Amino acid sequence: MFDLYGRGWQMLEGGFVTIQLCLSVLPFMIIIGLLGASAKLSSFRLLRIIGESYTVIIRGIPELLVILLIYFGGTIAIQNLAEWMSGEETRVDIPAFWSGVAALALVQGAFASEVFRAAMQSIPVGQIEAATACGMTPRQIFLRIKLPQLWRFALPGLNNLFQVLIKDTALISVVGVEEIMRKAAIGAGTEKAPFTFYLVAMLMFLAFTTISLFVFNRLEKRAARGIARA
Amino acid sequence: MFEDFIYVLTKYDVWLWRGFLLTAQLLVISVAFGTVLAIPLAVARVSKKVWIQAVPFAFIYMFRGTPLIGQLFMMYYGVGQLVANIDGIQDHWTWTYLRDPYWYCLLTFVLNTAAYVAEIMRGGIQNVPGGEIEAARACGMTPFTTYRRIIFPRMWQMIWPAYTNDVIFTLKATSLASTVTLIELTGAARKIVARTALPYEAFISAGLIYLIIVYVLTLGFKMIERYLRRSEKRKDKLPGKIKPMGV
Repeated sequence: MFDLYGRGWQMLEGGFVTIQLCLSVLPFMIIIGLLGASAKLSSFRLLRIIGESYTVIIRGIPELLVILLIYFGGTIAIQNLAEWMSGEETRVDIPAFWSGVAALALVQGAFASEVFRAAMQSIPVGQIEAATACGMTPRQIFLRIKLPQLWRFALPGLNNLFQVLIKDTALISVVGVEEIMRKAAIGAGTEKAPFTFYLVAMLMFLAFTTISLFVFNRLEKRAARGIARA
Repeated sequence: MFEDFIYVLTKYDVWLWRGFLLTAQLLVISVAFGTVLAIPLAVARVSKKVWIQAVPFAFIYMFRGTPLIGQLFMMYYGVGQLVANIDGIQDHWTWTYLRDPYWYCLLTFVLNTAAYVAEIMRGGIQNVPGGEIEAARACGMTPFTTYRRIIFPRMWQMIWPAYTNDVIFTLKATSLASTVTLIELTGAARKIVARTALPYEAFISAGLIYLIIVYVLTLGFKMIERYLRRSEKRKDKLPGKIKPMGV
């Protein structure tokens, strides 16, 4: 029973794919989040409207729907683009893995832009004024003053988002990426032991979310090390 | 492009409507029963006795630490199979219910919602000012009366925005019912895509319906929030009524 009908390795492979998914989404999520937050706080009205509508729309639609839309719709869009550019009939397949990463980055990016917006607004105005008075350009202010502190204010929110992200990767199993849930479904189907396989899958996810919680708590302590003394 | 949208919306309007009804049904039942179940969980969670705390803690930890789709599969395929293996169950009158994915879905959503709402309520209960609870004790209220008259009303006031978010989260979660063959809104969209091969039109139509539901829910919950916070209105400080002298 403990080798899971000889499928223990399969489950571990699934776990590896889940980790790959999470780590692939993470940078895109942060970049989209920073862009979204900057758009929301921009002085241009059009950018603010774009930023706001992006988050409102994405946060009101189920993640599963976004994943399905990108997987089924994205293939057609890229195929049309390729046909338009090459002028001949082409057959394109985006790998399910990357369409899943794109969908989750789009969804988590919307939530991340809320986190980053709140974090940017937590930076004391006096510091920005001081930086301006020192003659820093807006780019320097962003890189030297805002970004280093953003990290500290955004970490609790990102902690939460990363938990959600780990759990959301399970949804990508719906389009056939062989991560934990999909491997468990295959095992459950072929070995006729759904309870065992799904139980193992759940325990793996529980381990991942617990580890992530632990790591983020350490990071939060580390990010606040300059503040704790006061 | 727009012809395709109109085609999907007119030809398959019945599917989308039925999908909407099932989504609404799943949402209302999950939130209602989940909230009722969350109250004892939250109360036990703030208990000072460790062994009473431990049970809701483990429940909340497990449900919040694992993906809902996994919980759903575990319930429908896993528990469903264990039930199906019971001797003679397939001839029993309950079998029609015990093999129906609808009930497994509801049970999973109710338990999941209960775990998330209980965690929100825990925060709310712990943030009720200690002085108010002491005052209630001093007035001779029993613990039960204190909860009913002081702690719960204050808790609802405080947790309402988070609770609203959680209801919307549950709405989005109901889309997972489509993975165990229920034809709710997302399921209806998938069925339309399978029939027409128009993924944009079908999924975006479903997405728009979700957005409308979220909009209506948010409006309704805002109105209830205003009602819950009615005691906080200060009549003497309305800025509109203050006029500078000499104008």
